[in-house]
Amino acid sequence: MKLHLGRRTRRNIHTAVLFVFAFIAALLFIMPTVLTISNSFMTETEINANYGAMIESASADKKNYISEDLNLKFIPDKVSFEQFSTVLFKSPDYLLKFWNSVILVVPITVFQLLLAAVTAYGFSRYRGKVREIIFFAYIILMLMPYQVTLVPNYMVSKWLGILGTRWAIILPGIFSPFSVYLLTKVMRRIPKAYYEAARLDGAGEVQIFFQICMPLCRSSMLSVGLLVFIDYWNMVEQPLILLDDETQYPLSVFLSQINTGDVGLAFAVAVVYMIPALLLFLYGEEYLVEGITYSGGVKG
Amino acid sequence: MQTMDARRKRKLKESIISWGWLTPSLIGVAIFFIIPFCVIIYYSVLDNVYFANFVGLKNYISLLQNTSFLRSLRNTAIFSGISVPLSVVISLWMAFALNSRIPGKSWLRSCFLCPLMVPIASVVLVWQVIFHYHGTLNQVTALFGFAPVDWLKSSWSYMVLTVMFLWKTLGYNMILFMSAIAGIPQDIIEVAELEGANSFYTFLHIKLRYLSPTILFVTILSIISSFKMFREVYLLSGNYPYETMYLLQHFMNNTFESTDYQKLSSAAILLAVIMIIIIGILFLAERKYGKDVEE
Repeated sequence: MKLHLGRRTRRNIHTAVLFVFAFIAALLFIMPTVLTISNSFMTETEINANYGAMIESASADKKNYISEDLNLKFIPDKVSFEQFSTVLFKSPDYLLKFWNSVILVVPITVFQLLLAAVTAYGFSRYRGKVREIIFFAYIILMLMPYQVTLVPNYMVSKWLGILGTRWAIILPGIFSPFSVYLLTKVMRRIPKAYYEAARLDGAGEVQIFFQICMPLCRSSMLSVGLLVFIDYWNMVEQPLILLDDETQYPLSVFLSQINTGDVGLAFAVAVVYMIPALLLFLYGEEYLVEGITYSGGVKG
Repeated sequence: MQTMDARRKRKLKESIISWGWLTPSLIGVAIFFIIPFCVIIYYSVLDNVYFANFVGLKNYISLLQNTSFLRSLRNTAIFSGISVPLSVVISLWMAFALNSRIPGKSWLRSCFLCPLMVPIASVVLVWQVIFHYHGTLNQVTALFGFAPVDWLKSSWSYMVLTVMFLWKTLGYNMILFMSAIAGIPQDIIEVAELEGANSFYTFLHIKLRYLSPTILFVTILSIISSFKMFREVYLLSGNYPYETMYLLQHFMNNTFESTDYQKLSSAAILLAVIMIIIIGILFLAERKYGKDVEE
């Protein structure tokens, strides 16, 4: 019997198949995150039993795991807050590293945004050949990988005598051209008529910036801020090269050492580190999508 | 006469104010990026910082004969060469899929975007459990009768890195493509369909052309993020990973440690030049392919 499906039925089947695929893919995408969170509620013995084989150095002296195999577990046998209480109350080292991350990332995000807003206003309000060339230079600079820009940063920090201090990371971070580029693109879409109307009402440039431009760009500032935050929250390269005191390392770098030393705590520390970023994501997903959308298209 | 003078004065004043907005950023960018960049160009043609003898391209030549630099360049090139095209193609496909009438669109979008916001350091432990020699992936492949593979310590590590890279970047790229797809003028596609064009034709000759600026942009962004994979590798296996995961950043880190400024400078300049060439080629390709649809 030959099956004759209408166009509509065919389309429905197509959609259903697509949905099943997308659903499975979506589950795979959130799985690492979910696993990290669920495993953080295990007791130390359970983690050691399942993942203890991962630490080769520990396996030599104390065999506390069941088998050589690692058992990836979705749900802990017994939900416990043991690891969290250790991380949060008993070992101040982790909170200190968390604070190291905050103290680097927050100033960079806030000041990069503020400076970028002022600069983007300059690039969008006045156009001219020289300014276009400079803006193009900013784009080129933005497109350079870290491996290129870290060398100039290192040299300057050395000359200024800030190498090894947090300033060596914060100052170049503040002047990074990424958000200047995005905000300029946003501001160039603001109709000139708004500015001219404010002008006629007797507003000065500074007033126009604060009372016309800034309120119009509020959501874009938020979305660019999210992108900047997550990029620096993830940083690994800069601290390794620009800081020499390991007590100043952010949690991102420190986590790799816990992973190989103290698996029991690692999941809980990982979750603590994830929380600010996840909260920002849940709160600001719309802004994030908007921010990514702005970043599309090199021209414009 | 007086009005002319006043106007000129006002023009001048305006120009000064306009540059005032740019000055703080320009100073910072000059100090932290432009000036040192010029200095490292200078460094790269000297024998060393103290005697400062001009040696031409000697540093570059010795860099190109340095086995660890070549290995790191080769590994980075292989990894980017695999993962960037995959990321562009898959995310484009995902964007078309999510733009069709599929239920739960916004929920799916959140799931795909989530990895962007999850710190790499937080999930690296799960990756480790999965890709460990005694880990989950080998247990799964054993069910199908495959011999275990040391994913992190063999040529398979390119695949491991690619998986992690795709996980991180697909959502971001997909959003970029979704907004670009929404911007394709529908009337042109309708006309093409009326004239009997099949969906493959409209895809290749209309949709792709309208998307070409976004494809260019996503490609460049993905190349840049592929250069950041050092983070994952460092968190997975520290400063001295298996040789197929020895990336450019590893080379740079080791050179920083030995404070060989000539090597560092010439490596940075060489990379900048390579990057500019790649971007330039991509721009030209886009211009040629997408020129009919430019506004």
